Amino acid sequence: MLAEFLQYLFTGITIGATYALIALGFTLIYNASHVINFAQGEFLMIGGMATVSLTAMGVPMILAVVLAVILAGILGVALQRFAIAPAKQADVVTLIIITIGASIFIRGIAQVVWGKEYHVMQNFSTDQPIQVFGAVLNSQSLWVLGIGAILVVGLVLFFTKTLIGKAILATSMNKEAARLVGIRTQMVLMLAFMVSALLGSVAGIVVAPITFTSYDIGIILGLKGFVAAAIGGLGSGVGAVVGGLSLGIVEAMAAGYISSDYKDAVAFSMILLVLFFMPRGLFGAKVVERV
Amino acid sequence: MFKTVIRRAGKCAAVAAAGLMMMSAQAAEPIKIGSFLSVTGPASFLGDPELKTLEMYVEKINEEGGVLGRQLELIHYDDVGNASSARNFASRLIRSDQVDIIVGGSTTGATMAAVPLVEQAQVPFISLAGAVVITNPVKKWVFKTPQTDRMAAERILADMKDRGITKFGLISGTGGFGSSGRTQTLEVAEQMGMEVVADETYSGSDTDMTAQLTNIRNTNGVEAVLNFGFGQGPAIVTRNYAQLGMELPFYQSHGVASDSFLELAGSSAEGLRLPASPLLVPDSLPNDDPQKEVVQNYKAEYEARWDSKVSTFGAYAYDGLMLAVRAMEEAGSTDPEAVRNALENIKGYVGVTGVFNMSPEDHNGLDPESFRILEVQNGEWKLID
Repeated sequence: MLAEFLQYLFTGITIGATYALIALGFTLIYNASHVINFAQGEFLMIGGMATVSLTAMGVPMILAVVLAVILAGILGVALQRFAIAPAKQADVVTLIIITIGASIFIRGIAQVVWGKEYHVMQNFSTDQPIQVFGAVLNSQSLWVLGIGAILVVGLVLFFTKTLIGKAILATSMNKEAARLVGIRTQMVLMLAFMVSALLGSVAGIVVAPITFTSYDIGIILGLKGFVAAAIGGLGSGVGAVVGGLSLGIVEAMAAGYISSDYKDAVAFSMILLVLFFMPRGLFGAKVVERV
Repeated sequence: MFKTVIRRAGKCAAVAAAGLMMMSAQAAEPIKIGSFLSVTGPASFLGDPELKTLEMYVEKINEEGGVLGRQLELIHYDDVGNASSARNFASRLIRSDQVDIIVGGSTTGATMAAVPLVEQAQVPFISLAGAVVITNPVKKWVFKTPQTDRMAAERILADMKDRGITKFGLISGTGGFGSSGRTQTLEVAEQMGMEVVADETYSGSDTDMTAQLTNIRNTNGVEAVLNFGFGQGPAIVTRNYAQLGMELPFYQSHGVASDSFLELAGSSAEGLRLPASPLLVPDSLPNDDPQKEVVQNYKAEYEARWDSKVSTFGAYAYDGLMLAVRAMEEAGSTDPEAVRNALENIKGYVGVTGVFNMSPEDHNGLDPESFRILEVQNGEWKLID
């Protein structure tokens, strides 16, 4: 009984942590620009695929990971510079559509470069699962949780302790005012895309041993991450983490206790309920209409 | 009154003239083989090797002088795994390209979308998709080369029975392949007096099936587990199965019978069994196996030409094209009715997938024994039966 529960919980938390990391990426860019970056899933894919192909070429794992993350970072900057920035004063909706276009473009390139097959990445440590009260935990899950926690703490410190982080926050609160006090908002936007890309690629790399990776893995995970961000309230860091974890756990519990057929239905009903009663999400900012 | 007669006569003349022109042009014109395949998109692992196979063998046949003294021309479209675009392309192949025969339809969805069109236009159609609904009930103009999922279920359950297993757990994907496989498995199990004690599903985008497997493991009386699905899902199921330390006999379907599955599942796949095309074990086939030579040749030619691993799915296209060529040769023309009749009467064609014996009641022509039962041993396929 307990073993079953724990098993579902472990499953849920691992997937949930992944959703949370992706949701954080959405949150970051949303905060800086009110744009929902639908290319977020592609950063994930770039991280995983680049690491796999680099290790296949004989590059040591650690170096491959670093290079993959850097590649994703460059891509994030490029996305902002060449796709978002030229649109200048365009509507947020237009920008969102641009990110969808960009994601299709990136996916197309990845498909040409890396092919359409799924790829495996080795577990970071042992393949041997860990036994806890009769339930088993994939050792990679610990990596996902650990690295996820480190990233969350790192982000909090980045936003509260560093000048750049504060500049991003300032821009998200009031772009005009931020510009008046001398913050280069274009620069800030670029940074937000870069950090978000780094975050996404790291998430992509740590989950790749569990989910496999392929050129189109970003669609599925990106969408789930967006859902998590919406549950938590777009723009809230805590919300992204809570939203991600609860989505993962609800999915796993539904699959275990109700029926695997209704797993997604339960998850989506949860979203409907949350958004029905709390339209801004669990931790969404209160909007005060200025008159 | 008089006017309409003249108008009608004029129309008739025009049609007759057009017909004559077409007839005279036909001798020099190539035979048009139409195809719509899922070359990109989620089912690209089907369509990609299928297209490569068609291209390669159309070229080869043309170098060797073509069919009926005419060259073959392959007209192909990419339906991206989307049934509605498959329907559009089938219509384009029939109406504007006016192909003589269609060999294509990577997925069951794409095939079924095109079936009403080919039935209406009366064009012979050889499908490359798996589900039993394509040829059962028999449709006059529709044939198919892969074994049905029902045969796979029959083959797996027979193997379980041989091992003394009567109660098993089923976990299947919710996609077309998985859900059709699930239905067939449930039916076959009932016929064979076996019991499906646990019945779980997962969706194609799921990344962890531990919860479902835990449920199966905790079900009373489970003696084996069968996973029906394709894509990366079954590989994740296999890994989760190993992580949970489940030691019941484990079966997969023919949907994952490829070397890339072994790569994805890694050591977790050790000991699992599945029904598969002999293409996976060309060298272990006994020498008196009629398919041995065909299988070895196809594998060698494909790998030499494309520098990538051969796949069972490409073999469906090989058999489809060869059946079409054989039917046209036997019919002595490309007249749709004659080709269709010839197709229906093909007996003893030795293909890569199996030995085909078509009949008016059976537009697939294969039997369950054309599947070989393989087991994964030391990371490689081993022929069991």
